[in-house]
Amino acid sequence: MSMDVKTVAKVASLARIRVESDELDKYSRELSGILKWIEMLDNVNTDSVEPLANVANIELKQREDVVSDGNYQQAVLKNAPESLQGYFAVPKVIE
Amino acid sequence: MTELTNLTISEALAKLGKKEISATELTQAHITAIEKNRHLNAFITETPDIALSMAKASDERYAKGTAGALEGIPLGIKDLFCTKGTRTTAASNILNNFVPQYESTVTSKFWKDGALMLGKLNLDEFAMGSANTTSHFGNVLNPWKRNNGDTTDLVPGGSSGGSSAAVAARMVMGATGTDTGGSIRQPAAFCGISGIKPTYGRCSRWGVVAFASSLDQAGVFARNVEDCATLLQSCAGHDPMDSTSANLPVPDFKALLTGSVKGMKIGIPKEYRMDGTPEEIIKIWDQGIEWMKDAGAEIVNVSLPHTEYALPTYYIIAPAECSSNLARYDGVRYGLRVEGENLIDQYERTRAAGFGNEVKRRIMIGTYVLSAGYYDAYYVKAQKLRRLIYNDFMNAFEKVDALLTPTAPSAAFGIGENEDDPIKMYLNDVFTVPCSLAGLPGMSVPAGVDSLGLPLGLQIIGKPWDEVTVFNVSRAIERAANFTAMPATVVSKAA
Repeated sequence: MSMDVKTVAKVASLARIRVESDELDKYSRELSGILKWIEMLDNVNTDSVEPLANVANIELKQREDVVSDGNYQQAVLKNAPESLQGYFAVPKVIE
Repeated sequence: MTELTNLTISEALAKLGKKEISATELTQAHITAIEKNRHLNAFITETPDIALSMAKASDERYAKGTAGALEGIPLGIKDLFCTKGTRTTAASNILNNFVPQYESTVTSKFWKDGALMLGKLNLDEFAMGSANTTSHFGNVLNPWKRNNGDTTDLVPGGSSGGSSAAVAARMVMGATGTDTGGSIRQPAAFCGISGIKPTYGRCSRWGVVAFASSLDQAGVFARNVEDCATLLQSCAGHDPMDSTSANLPVPDFKALLTGSVKGMKIGIPKEYRMDGTPEEIIKIWDQGIEWMKDAGAEIVNVSLPHTEYALPTYYIIAPAECSSNLARYDGVRYGLRVEGENLIDQYERTRAAGFGNEVKRRIMIGTYVLSAGYYDAYYVKAQKLRRLIYNDFMNAFEKVDALLTPTAPSAAFGIGENEDDPIKMYLNDVFTVPCSLAGLPGMSVPAGVDSLGLPLGLQIIGKPWDEVTVFNVSRAIERAANFTAMPATVVSKAA
């Protein structure tokens, strides 16, 4: 399947990446090329194959539900582009 | 006296232990080498002051008799590992000013053993690339040049290109890397050094900037197999902070490093003999097979029938995971923020300015294959193929102890080559990606040079958790290859 400029614009918006209108053609060409290439997987019948999500085969352990760490407000906010009174600050969302 | 920067880690540890040299001298020699090689652009951030103060502490521990297993050994750290108080960028504009407030498990283990940090090494942005040409901080140059008078700058491989270039140019004694689809093994091959990606789960991913979490694995580079074993010993092991890190004992890699392959069965996968692979790559592979026979191993032809599907499978799974992982860069909690008209606009402008082209392409492919209506057709399909690829390896390992293949389909190429079509660049990892999808340990060792004097590597793939066999086969290749070639700049400096 090819990815037309309309789809590119939609995907870019889903991915929250601003793409200028003069870039759409280039992305459409490149991403279509990649999609066409990966579609060779359709040549393999996988009807009875179980998907493999993770090779580690490790059972997730549960830990005690206790506080073991924390209280790093300053460290957590250290790299924030903007913080206010101990919180991350963002532009106003609700008028 | 041998130049300090030419010592192996084992040699340096012996000299440090006998107090023939000090950690401070050793570190200073490497700092000088880094200054002389700045044109290679291997470092994003140099940390000579940290290195010297750690070296001083190492010298004190040697004096007190409390030296650790890597006491005084200067390392370079791929700038994908969080280092407390030292900027960690992932080679991305979006993390340009990010200063971690915590230390990755892998690096903290090295520091606990007495190693010291010379700086943070360049890489492809978020480890996405095979030539180290996608870094926000510029290309890394390979210290090697073609020997026919051609002065073209060559790529060091990627994504851990700063790591491989710095080790090859004798700026560091060893380096960390990460490998998602070949990012340790291919750069090791391009720069004529050794590098191992251990089994998925062997090293903790805690504190490593995430790209594709079901594939990402930390590993190490050094100039020989023994040094890689020493380094991996230090940084491997279970970590409760990473739920996919294996709670298994770490074997004593160095003690078990005999280099003996007598009686071993070495598999040669027929599907890796691909059309269009340069003759010199096939030649070095055939040479490796001969070396294995001479060393007493039995060569067994095996089939990995789904090999041709590995790359497209990878280029669904890795971008899908990348699009999820990189959703965290929103200009709110850390990293770059570009103001916008509203919050959504701010996200979109921040991410447009913060990410480079290759990263954007992968995020968009990943977003597409995970989106409603396409999830089963692409993502689940790829996971099914991943199962078939995994099963191919498991079937082969019923008959053999390890697999021997070329590491990369070419020697290092010129900067700018393979850039016109993303897929051309992806094909660099044709021999390394299948092993990654199966989570297996893989190592590259230098095996010889091509007609232009550039290094070529061979890849050794092992069973899950069997790094010991990988090291032993690698050591046998290393011994037979007796690879002594060095980049011209290193040779002229030593003369």
